[in-house]
Amino acid sequence: MIPAAFDYKRASSAAEAISLVGQYGDEAKFLAGGHSLIPLMKLRLAQPSMLIDIGRITDLSYIKDAGDHIAIGALTRHMDVEKSELVKKHVPLLAHAAGHVGDAQVRHRGTIGGSLAHADSASDLPATTLALGATYVAQGPNGERTIAAKDFYKGFLESALAADEMLTEIRVPKISGGSYGFEKFNRRAQDWAIVGVAAWRSNGNSGIALVNMGSTPILAVSASNALNQGASIADAAELAAAEAEPQSDLNASSDYRIHLAKVLVRRALENASK
Amino acid sequence: MKVSITVNGTTTESDVEPRTLLVHYLREQLELTGTNVGCDTSSCGACTVHLDGEAVKSCTILAVQADGTSVKTIEGMSINGEMHPMQQAFMENHGLQCGYCTPGMVMAAVGLLNENPNPTEDEVRLGLEGNLCRCTGYHNIVKSVLAAAKK
Repeated sequence: MIPAAFDYKRASSAAEAISLVGQYGDEAKFLAGGHSLIPLMKLRLAQPSMLIDIGRITDLSYIKDAGDHIAIGALTRHMDVEKSELVKKHVPLLAHAAGHVGDAQVRHRGTIGGSLAHADSASDLPATTLALGATYVAQGPNGERTIAAKDFYKGFLESALAADEMLTEIRVPKISGGSYGFEKFNRRAQDWAIVGVAAWRSNGNSGIALVNMGSTPILAVSASNALNQGASIADAAELAAAEAEPQSDLNASSDYRIHLAKVLVRRALENASK
Repeated sequence: MKVSITVNGTTTESDVEPRTLLVHYLREQLELTGTNVGCDTSSCGACTVHLDGEAVKSCTILAVQADGTSVKTIEGMSINGEMHPMQQAFMENHGLQCGYCTPGMVMAAVGLLNENPNPTEDEVRLGLEGNLCRCTGYHNIVKSVLAAAKK
């Protein structure tokens, strides 16, 4: 399969990319690693007439200790997040989840910003950064703004980003102590999760988010609150599953997804409680 | 759009449509047909090549994205006419049956050993999760990679 014809421009800075997208309007799409966008274009599920390649904006590929959080450039590749000592030390859940995106070849190319901006509820990192209470930084023609992960996901493949905005940084709060759990149920190792769970617990706090349990990743707020107030893991798992209204598809019915979510939240929380 | 890509040590230049995939650039423009197209959806890994030293799926990279990079394909693996130790290990351990996945398997396996020279069996299996063998010949593929790691 070959994508439909399009024009191509390469941007060397975020400012240049934003000015180009302003020039070409709705027909333009940013191309980062391309591992979400190119498959969609091959299937004609996306048909932009202009691709603005931001993959070489090297100053947006970094992982920094920023005091109370880790700052990750939007163009940082999954493999670099997975292997980063800083991420492993301060937000090990994120390093672990990044290591479960696709396969090694995909992780060499795919970027964290690309995955989040694509806003696929079946992807691992939207839910993981949601569970971790991350903040995303977006740059547009009028400057920068920050968007909390919980306000970012609006619908199926739909985010709070305007057409002329790009993600530039992901800020993930450090979590001291505690533990995490990450569960991904799929049929083949490299597949998307049929249902996934990212969870952490530390010092009486917690975060739980669900993968592929609806049109957006889901932050299980009531389950987290109950857990923080002493509820059992089994009760929290019931609450988390009740927060979702999952879709039925070729892989699983809605009822089966709810069953999976209960089991996987329980497993993730057991690991996060060790 | 004009691209310049170093393939197996030789600089190649061509005028390509932006939608040209790297795998088609290799197979059709350069006639390097060792790299196979399998699923064409970045699942099966048959099209795996090295881009600046890292294993990638060439069916999901545009040739224009590879402009200015260095690409290695299965044709570039032999050294002075001798098979690469990984190719040799696949031959000695019956690591291939129909052979369709083999170029991609070899490229992914060499990429894996570049990053982890002494993997455990589990690490080999996990490291090759992006490559499917429809003959299901995984046991001997894993054996081959472990044998190559010892060489």
